[in-house]
This record gives sequence, C-alpha cells and structure tokens, in this order.
Amino acid sequence: MRHRSLVILTSVLTTGALTLTACGSRDDGGDSKDSGKKTEIIIGVDAPLTGQNSATGLGIQGGVQIAVNDANKNNTVPGVTFKVQALDDKAIPAQGQSNATQLVQNDKVLGVVGPLNSGVATQMQQVFATANLVEISPSNTAPELTQGKNWQTSKSRPFKTYFRTATTDALQGGFAADYAYNVLKKRKVFVVDDKQTYGAGLAKLFKAGFTKSGGKVAGEDHVNTGDTDFSALVTKIKKSKADLVYYGGQYDESEKLTKQLKDGGAKIPLFGGDGMFTPTYIETAGKTSEGDLVTSVGQPVDSLPSAAEFIKKYKASGLKGDYGTYGGYSYDAATAIIKAIGNVVKDGKVPDDARAKIVAEVQKTKFDGIAGPVSFDEFGDTTNKQLTVYQVVDGKWKAVKSGTFNG
Amino acid sequence: MNTLPQQLANGLFLGSMYGLIAIGYTMVYGIVQLINFAHGEIFMTGGFGALTVYLYVLPDGTTMWIALPAMLIGGGLVSVLIAVGAERFAYRPLRGAPRLAPLITAIGLSLALQQAVFNWYPNAKNDLKFPQLPFGPWHIGSVSIQSGSFFVIIAAPICMAALAFFVRLSRTGRAMQATAQDPDTAQLMGIDTNRIIVVAFAIGGFFAAVAAVAYGLRYGTIKYDMGFQMGLKAFTAAVLGGIGNIYGAMIGGLVLGLAETLATSYIDGIPGMQQLGGGGWSSVWAFVLLILVLLFRPQGLVGERVADRA
Repeated sequence: MRHRSLVILTSVLTTGALTLTACGSRDDGGDSKDSGKKTEIIIGVDAPLTGQNSATGLGIQGGVQIAVNDANKNNTVPGVTFKVQALDDKAIPAQGQSNATQLVQNDKVLGVVGPLNSGVATQMQQVFATANLVEISPSNTAPELTQGKNWQTSKSRPFKTYFRTATTDALQGGFAADYAYNVLKKRKVFVVDDKQTYGAGLAKLFKAGFTKSGGKVAGEDHVNTGDTDFSALVTKIKKSKADLVYYGGQYDESEKLTKQLKDGGAKIPLFGGDGMFTPTYIETAGKTSEGDLVTSVGQPVDSLPSAAEFIKKYKASGLKGDYGTYGGYSYDAATAIIKAIGNVVKDGKVPDDARAKIVAEVQKTKFDGIAGPVSFDEFGDTTNKQLTVYQVVDGKWKAVKSGTFNG
Repeated sequence: MNTLPQQLANGLFLGSMYGLIAIGYTMVYGIVQLINFAHGEIFMTGGFGALTVYLYVLPDGTTMWIALPAMLIGGGLVSVLIAVGAERFAYRPLRGAPRLAPLITAIGLSLALQQAVFNWYPNAKNDLKFPQLPFGPWHIGSVSIQSGSFFVIIAAPICMAALAFFVRLSRTGRAMQATAQDPDTAQLMGIDTNRIIVVAFAIGGFFAAVAAVAYGLRYGTIKYDMGFQMGLKAFTAAVLGGIGNIYGAMIGGLVLGLAETLATSYIDGIPGMQQLGGGGWSSVWAFVLLILVLLFRPQGLVGERVADRA
C-alpha cells in the first residue's frame, strides 16, 4: 500500500512539473520541424563545467561531444542527428537535481551522461527513474548508487535507470591491499580513516584485504574532517613501528597528515583512495608527498591503444578540459546510449515509450569501448573492473600499476 | 619507545596556539562582556595578511630571517586593522543595545569576513601554501621539534610576558583593569573607555596574527575557513581558564591542547575504552573536561567569582 501511494504521489508531482513547463517543451518542438527530414535527438550531459572540478567536468562534456560527432559522421543511427546539451551542476547536488528536471522535461533528450560527483548523483537518480530516462555516469564510485544503502550486507539496486562505466570504491581497498602486500612488500600497516562513508568503507576493505594476505594491522585511528593537527597521531604511528599508513578519506586531511608524518620523522609512505588523487595533494604537501600512493578507478586513457584515436580527435577539436581521467569513459557511456537508441529508433521514428525501451537496451549493452569492454551487470555497474595505482614520483602522479580486481 | 614526552610537547605546542587566540576572546569579554565570535576570522585574516606580505610585497627568495618579522608585522597589521574596524563600525554602534544584538553581529561579521576572503583572495578556494622555516627538526632525547613548533614555543611566552607587564605596569594597562572592573566609574575617573576598548581589540588582533603565523608554519597551509575550528577551540580555552582573565586564557589553552593530545594517544589503550579513544574522539574528551571543570569551578580554572553585573 505504501508503495502504491508513493507511486501515485510521484506521478502526480511529475505530471504537475511537466504541465507547468509545457511552454518550454513546445518551443523546443518548434525547431525540430524546421531542421529537415532528420529527427534530432539530444544526449544530455550533467557535470561541473565551472568552478571546482571543472577541468574533469569539461572532459566529460568533451568525451560525449566526440562520441556524438562520430555517430553523426558515421550515420550510426539512420534518420537521426544527435546533439549534446550540457548543463553545469557546479558540483552542487541541488543544482544537479534541477538540471535533471530540466533534461527530463525535454522530450528530445533520450539519454544523459553524468554527473561527475557521487554526491550529485544521489540527488538526480530519482528524477531520472521517475521519467524512465537512462543515465550513465562515467565517474561515480560510491557503491550505494547501484547496490543500495546496505551494499556491504545485502545488495539491491535502487534505480533501474542508473548505470556507470566506472567501477566502485568497494574494489579500491582490496586492490590497494593487494598492491601494498605483494608489490610494496609491506607487512605492518597503520590504518586511519575520517569516519565518513567513503573513508571508513575504504579503510575497512583495505584492512580486510591486507590481513587476509597475511599482513598485520599495527594500529588504527580515526580523525575528524576539518582537523589540522595530527601531531599526536603521528607520534602514535611512529610508536607502532608500522611500515605503511593507509588513509581512508579525502585529500584535505591527508595532505596535512603526510606532511606532519614525514616532518615528524616517520619515513613511511601514505596510501589512500581516489579522494586523494588530485594535484592539490602534491602541491600542498610538497616534497613530503613523494612516494605516497593512491588507487583510482579506471585506467588512464593515455595508456590505452584503443583510445589513441579518441585522444587525437579530442586534441584536434580544441575542446577544453581534462580528457585523461574520465573522457574515455564518457565516450563509452555516450556510445552505449547511442547504440541503444539505434535499436529503438527506426527511420527517425521515435516510439512513444522510447525512453523505457532505451533503458532496457542499455542494460543489454555489450561492445568494446575505447576504455575497455562495455557491459553492465544486474546492478548497472560496469563489468570492466579496472583500477590503477598511482604514486608521487618527482612531484607528479604516475601510474605504476593497472589491473582488474574482483574482490 | 616512551612517547609521553613527545605527546606532552605536542600538546604544549597546540595549546600555546589556542592560548594566543584565546587572549583575544578573553580581553574583549573582560572589558565589554562581548563574545567576539568574529575573532576566529580575525585570526584567519592575520594568516592571509602574512602570506600576502610574503607573496606580493617581499621580493622572491627573501630569506625567512627577514621575511618572518615582515610577515608578523604585515599579518599583525591586517588583523589589528580588522579587529579595530570591527569594533568601531560593528560593535560600538550597538554598545547600548541588548547583549544579543552584538553577539549576532559578531556571527554575521564572521561569515562576511570568511566569504570575503573566499571570494576575493586569489585562489583562496584551495589550501594555500605557507612558507616554511628552513631549518629543523631538532631532536632532544626522544622528543622531536619541528621548525613550525619551535616558533610558537618561543613566540607564545614572549607575547604572554609582554602582555602581563603591559597590563600590570603601564598606565593604559592599569586603565584597562579599571575599565574591566567597572566601566562607568572608570569613565568618571577620567579614563577614556572607548580608547581602552580599542586597545583591547588591537592586542587581541595582534596575538591572533601571531597565532596564525604559527599555524601556517606548523601545518604548512592556510585556508579561508581555518578560523572556525581554531576560534571555537580557543573560545573553549578561554572559558576553561576563566573568561576575562588573561592568564586563564593561556592556561586554558595549554590544558585544552594537552587534553586533546593525551586523549588521542592514551584513551584507547585503557581496557574497555578502545572504541572511545583516538583522534576522532579528542574533541569529545576536551569538552568532557570543560564540563567537569565548569561543574566544579563555574568561574573557570583561574577565573575569579564576580557578582553578575546587572
């Protein structure tokens, strides 16, 4: 009963929203009649295009743009011209939600690529699910987006319209533990986390993987986000005689921790997750960051032969942004949508239930993308579980090992 | 390895920084009974002032022996100007108003200062790198002292001693004590209370700037929101020591710093307390200490019991 009333409530709200904005959609409809025989279909993009994270966000927009250019040039879907509509979410969840509403209301939008941030995604999923519009994120890593809030104990998919081409945080901890034990030959680790969902989850998975391999946990501690003084913690770490510190959390605290750790005389590296994988970490911690490590999802496109042509096109097109991190995954996400549209839209005729059909088609996707094979499991997660370890070498993040990891 | 001496030293360095900021809260409160919640931001602007001097005023590559005094003066100047400006334009017009009005003004001012730096200082959205002293760390026995901590351990006692002499021996200092005891009578005796209040704000501002430079040297970076947490802790230190009492501020700061450090290191070693120890709980234990002190000595550690001025 409760479910039914929720459904009724959402549909009433959606209908209301659609009615209110009907004027907007009608204007858009007017243009398409003039544009000739071909049907215009829009691929939406939502990412931070200004402010913090915008370099990565523009890389997502650029990746989608190139996929759309390719589809138009090769006439992948006969009778259809694709267009990109990119909206800026400024990495603000509420802005993402309002962008999602805007995209949903435009009938010509049949698929969306984005967002960059997991926090933004949580506010967009419901909007797309209600409208049956497919959404593929090239970069979200929070496990609960696809596997539900209780993903550690019982997985259940919350939204069937949500997919991603990046793998999840759940694998990072284990991958890092494997690297620390087998490649770095570390045996005693001190584990620190920031008590947040992301950080504590990472630390827990690292610990599990590391002890399973035979390593020892020399000590454990937690910090608060926003803390700056870690001198007491550093003294504890030194006393524990650990040969590695694993930190689950963001760069804001870890860049200070690593500086105080090394200034305090502990010459051991700090290992973390992709929350630390940013140039800011190195700039702030300076020389003390040398030798520190992180894991991040995916594989740098520069190292993939299949992406060589993509990079060439990207550079030639004068698109801004950093294609290196998620550009390839964005290209693949957009291509998955375009291929699904190709199976649904015949001769430029868009069926009434096109959006729902496209979601079903995306679920069945299977092709070789430029960043690896693209297909989705029953949760909407990519089956391509690539991860990479990066290390600070001469003041820059350098990819030291890429591989797949299955827990 | 016995870590106690090192942890005591860590607590002492942290506490000295709290104490320096706490002076600003306690002096202003002692004289005008105003809790200047913008003081944390005055601390922050001091750090940015010092950084500005280093980045934009001094020629590149100036040795820290010359740069450090210049940064102290520059940071101090910015903090003092903002503190005095806040007093003149935000608090003085409200002197006769109910107590809550200046308190809310202080919170507003704090937000305004933070946002101003965030929006207008170049690249202020990120942590900004602060110059470092080119020597250290030293090792004395099992205790290692970093260069940044060295600065605070020298600067804090000098500042405190200077303030104690100033308050006790100078004419203005004695006028300050008189104003704190009874502003109306002090005014009748010919003391310019407005001037005294300005001096209190200025001293608090300068000490905050010294603390901000210490912060930058110790942690390597400054950020537009660094004043919030430090301000809150320093305010706690002032209350712990007995708000209104300058010695109390310093002692409160040291006690708070030591409590946090010791809680981080030793509580989780006590059997059965493992879940309640470590860095994540350090603030909790610091506030438990505050509550205990206030239960048994509501006036703070060294505060005097004063009849509430009606």
